[in-house]
Amino acid sequence: MPSFSRWVWHLKPTSVRPCTSSHFFFYDTPKVLLLLTGVVFVMGVVHTYVTPERTRALLSGRRLGVGNVMAACLGIVTPFCSCSAVPLFIGFLSAGVPMGVTFSFLISAPMVNEVALALLFGLFGWQVAGLYLLLGITVAIIAGLVIGRLGMEHHLEDWVRAIQSSQSGEYESEETHWAQRVDAGVVYVKEIVGKVWPYIVVGIALGAGIHGYVPEDYLASIMGRDAPWWSLPAAVAIGVPIYSNAAGILPIIEALIGKGAALGTVLAFMMSVIALSLPEMIILRKVLKVPLIATFAGVVAAGILLVGILFNTVL
Amino acid sequence: MKNIKILGTGCTNCQNTAKLVAEVAKANGISIELEKVEDPQTIMAYGVMSTPGVVIDGKVVHAGGVPSRTKVESWF
Repeated sequence: MPSFSRWVWHLKPTSVRPCTSSHFFFYDTPKVLLLLTGVVFVMGVVHTYVTPERTRALLSGRRLGVGNVMAACLGIVTPFCSCSAVPLFIGFLSAGVPMGVTFSFLISAPMVNEVALALLFGLFGWQVAGLYLLLGITVAIIAGLVIGRLGMEHHLEDWVRAIQSSQSGEYESEETHWAQRVDAGVVYVKEIVGKVWPYIVVGIALGAGIHGYVPEDYLASIMGRDAPWWSLPAAVAIGVPIYSNAAGILPIIEALIGKGAALGTVLAFMMSVIALSLPEMIILRKVLKVPLIATFAGVVAAGILLVGILFNTVL
Repeated sequence: MKNIKILGTGCTNCQNTAKLVAEVAKANGISIELEKVEDPQTIMAYGVMSTPGVVIDGKVVHAGGVPSRTKVESWF
């Protein structure tokens, strides 16, 4: 155990920062934006290969366990817009993807996304980004497995089950050539970076300002190592009703970590905010009955909590 | 007259797609019947999994993301 924790200790990102706030701001902002552009471009191209239709075909008929792992991993690379959550959910079910596996996908897709990873990488190093990736996949797999095992299929809205037994239409997108794939990457960059860069600039500026003006370790007493035991559950609970995308929440994450909050608590908070959102629950209401939605939210929140505890203990 | 349905549960991408289609149709002087379909049941019946989706005269021509202007123009 001691050697393990020493090994994990080495994984802790070094928080060596340039001395002045402005230096920090001018150094970090272009670095993060460049990194984000690169990552988003690559993902835009990857998305032309990994379509929801192909993912669905890969997952159709898989049993729980293997299916959950595959779904969680595929969720990272498959294009996903939160408004397509419902059509996608039904599409998967009607093609024979087990409900638990579909849920694993539904949890990992919005939460473990390239924007979150690129930003965490750029601001806190590859260790933190890697950790978020690992924790996110773990939560997705476990939550999906649990929901699948609970056998709550009868909590699907009736019309959904009717579709499952009938054949629905198929849409297959046309073959794309390399030029179109590159194009798709460029379009995706414009779309994402174009939407997200103000948040990043504000976020880093906020982080820079806080470095200068708020006393060190101010937050350590509330959310850090010295925090009361309920700070982590509280962080997860607060994150549930709040919704933001990865970029919007980054300023807060920056501030929290900069001021001494425990990494596990902060990542758990971030996951809770992104993965569970009231708007998404409302949309899901069209396909799921309330007990199932509540179970979904509960299991995911519990998973995030466990992962946060594990992390805080180990570090 | 073409019947064009925009499939989507109401997020900004879906609204932008509807706007783009209406704009291109108007620019080319083509009159269309534009419908927004937000009901998941109907969207599913077309086999569309990623919204926004575009259906012209009953056939799905696009799904996932806002279509490029060139693509929209190729429909007219």
